[in-house]
Amino acid sequence: MLLEIKDLRIDGSDLDGKTVEIVKGVSLSVDRGQVLGLIGESGAGKSTIGLAALGYVRPGCRFTGGSVRLDGQDVVNAPLDLLLQIRGRKVAYVAQSAAASFNPAHRLIDQICEVHQRHGLGPRADAEKRTVELFRKLGLPAPENFGQRYPHQVSGGQLQRAMTVMALIAKPDLVVFDEPTTALDVTTQIEVLAAMRAAIREEGAAALYVTHDLAVVAQVADKILVLRHGNAVELGDTRQVLEAPREEYTRALVSVRKSESNERGAHAKAPVLEVQSIDAAYGQQKVLFDVSLLVEHAATVAVVGESGSGKSTLARVITGLLPPSKGRIRFQGEDLSPALAGRTKEHRRRLQLIYQMPDVAVNPRHTVLEIIGRPLTFYAGLRGADVRRKVEELLARIELPAHFADRFPGELSGGQKQRVCIARALAAEPELIICDEVTSALDPLVADEILKLLLKLQDEQGVSYLFITHDLATVKAIAHEVVVMQRGRVVDSGRKEEVMAPPFHDYTGKLLRSVPEMRTDWLDEVLAGRV
Amino acid sequence: MGRLFQRMPWITRLGLMLVVLFALAALFGPFVAPYPEAATVGDVWQPIGTEGFLFGTDTLGRDMLSRLLYGAQRSIGLALIITVISFTVGAICGFLAAIAGGWVDQLASRIVDVFMSFPALILALLVLSVMGSSLPVLVLTLAFIDGTRVFRLARAVAVDLNVLEFVEAARLRGEGQWWIARKEILPNALPMLLAEFGVRFCFSFLLISALSFLGLGIQPPAADWGGMVKDNAQALAFGLPAPLLPAGCIALLTISVNLVVDFMLDQAARRSRRG
Repeated sequence: MLLEIKDLRIDGSDLDGKTVEIVKGVSLSVDRGQVLGLIGESGAGKSTIGLAALGYVRPGCRFTGGSVRLDGQDVVNAPLDLLLQIRGRKVAYVAQSAAASFNPAHRLIDQICEVHQRHGLGPRADAEKRTVELFRKLGLPAPENFGQRYPHQVSGGQLQRAMTVMALIAKPDLVVFDEPTTALDVTTQIEVLAAMRAAIREEGAAALYVTHDLAVVAQVADKILVLRHGNAVELGDTRQVLEAPREEYTRALVSVRKSESNERGAHAKAPVLEVQSIDAAYGQQKVLFDVSLLVEHAATVAVVGESGSGKSTLARVITGLLPPSKGRIRFQGEDLSPALAGRTKEHRRRLQLIYQMPDVAVNPRHTVLEIIGRPLTFYAGLRGADVRRKVEELLARIELPAHFADRFPGELSGGQKQRVCIARALAAEPELIICDEVTSALDPLVADEILKLLLKLQDEQGVSYLFITHDLATVKAIAHEVVVMQRGRVVDSGRKEEVMAPPFHDYTGKLLRSVPEMRTDWLDEVLAGRV
Repeated sequence: MGRLFQRMPWITRLGLMLVVLFALAALFGPFVAPYPEAATVGDVWQPIGTEGFLFGTDTLGRDMLSRLLYGAQRSIGLALIITVISFTVGAICGFLAAIAGGWVDQLASRIVDVFMSFPALILALLVLSVMGSSLPVLVLTLAFIDGTRVFRLARAVAVDLNVLEFVEAARLRGEGQWWIARKEILPNALPMLLAEFGVRFCFSFLLISALSFLGLGIQPPAADWGGMVKDNAQALAFGLPAPLLPAGCIALLTISVNLVVDFMLDQAARRSRRG
């Protein structure tokens, strides 16, 4: 038994300094060479447990009970100098954001070898040799020279792999991965995932793999522990948890990932939005090339592509934040002024935008009443009691209780904030809502509810959506039409059933195959297919 | 508010109590002062604790306690007026420059840079010796100098806020710049500005004291703490503590305000960290 956690309890404090239990008596064990996936939504305590394996708690938190034994050694009560010997040497940590974990002022090789030398594992030359060997194992380009680069000179996926190298350099018995692929694109994620898994296996290390994505954990873990609100919900072999979950909550998590697709009838009215051969540039750098698309009344068009494909830029062009250098935009048969300043209040009202990050999309110092009420006052001239009545009506429509009107955003969860953003857009009674990655910052169950809400509102009000996303599961769930973008160009488009069924366009096929599926051998099949 | 007081470390509580004490002295000082401000009422440089003169007398035989109380009102009151003016003007200009961006921002920022490149005291001395030291000139000069610093801070904070999506959402809705500054930026910049208010208050207070010490600030016989240090400076040569009393008040008030400000900054940082 390499890692043994028994009845672990950790307290933290909330905003008011009140003590809350983050981990409420969780037990788990990891054998040598075994990978255990910790899965749950945010707030489940999974990262806290991962860090506890290093004998570490975040500032403001403390161990209140239970034990954590690493190779028989109690790490909860161990003195700091012993912990410093253990960390990096026996147990290593790979953080979610590699970019925030590397020092931008030093070369990668120096930062990686530092671990080796700090633990006195031999001369620098040995450390460099091992680093290069690990670079090769993790499939990094030009492994001999890769370490000479600075963190900003490599891509996000490469940096994440470099961080894995740093974790593996001292041949630790246990590696804690804390959402290592969450910040990456689907296509990059596969490569990082495959490299990490191969490295773990070849090195014979055990791992704790923390993630919120069941499909990811399915590829790497031997066993899965499902967590919720600091409690263990279900522990089992990966295959069993995915195929025959015992607990209600696990079933909900699994079924979200398999979400039904949205099949709805055709539409008759004139198109709401026509984008005609748009070019756009940031300064000298051209980012959109001859992009055209059409959004019908009460329809949902999904724009998909990796980051950097220009899909968010397209949203900026349509909203008027970035005037295009060529082409035109027509809205319900009228020409839209390319620049925001030239648009009428009426045009602005009819075209609304919902953002990716609900946290920064609403003013933290405004109450929900002010946030949703402002468009009512601004566009429709409502005042006083009328505003409150209408806001409460909108709150009911987004399924929040009326007393939420007096809350501040800080008192809402991420999903509730996103609902408020939706209500703010609805308050303007728009014809078209542009949804810019509206679910990607949310937990899967919450995201699913938001999508259901958007579908319901479309049914009730006949509003159209332009849905910008990199998540193909979302596209399957809600889109009628799909536009696939790559490097600023539309490479594929049409009805969802046609675009997302064989024969695929090359790039669409690659995107589709990159979405992790909840089968344990999915990653192997994809990798086999690529060769 | 009571909970906030509970959470304060003892040193902050001490600072807060001193700030309140000074504020009360500034508000009611002239009413409770035993003697008029400029009347010679006793012998020169009576020591502390002399019968009838709790803090002794000054270089002209005026009552130190009375002059300290009058001086509190003048020094603290003026510093407060200067800080309020500089914040109102500086913050509004800073916000608007950040929201407008482009050449408006560039022009305003460069003008402010020019004035900030002069040390505050030198600039104040220059203006006051050319224009002559009257109260309005003093107040406006110091408010302007302070205002450039406030502009810098307000602009920097607003630039950060301006790129957030709730501001973009307001702009997409069609809101005007004034509305954005007032409703979207100001409430979020307020904690930072309030903390800076304390610091800037201390600076303008010290600057007034320094100018008075140099003879270009508040003119005699009006009492103010900086001038009182100057008037009584020679007493030190005779081993008398007279100048140390106003100097001590200046130091104590500055430190107390800073203690309170530190705590407020701490709280604001904690809140923003937890989102």
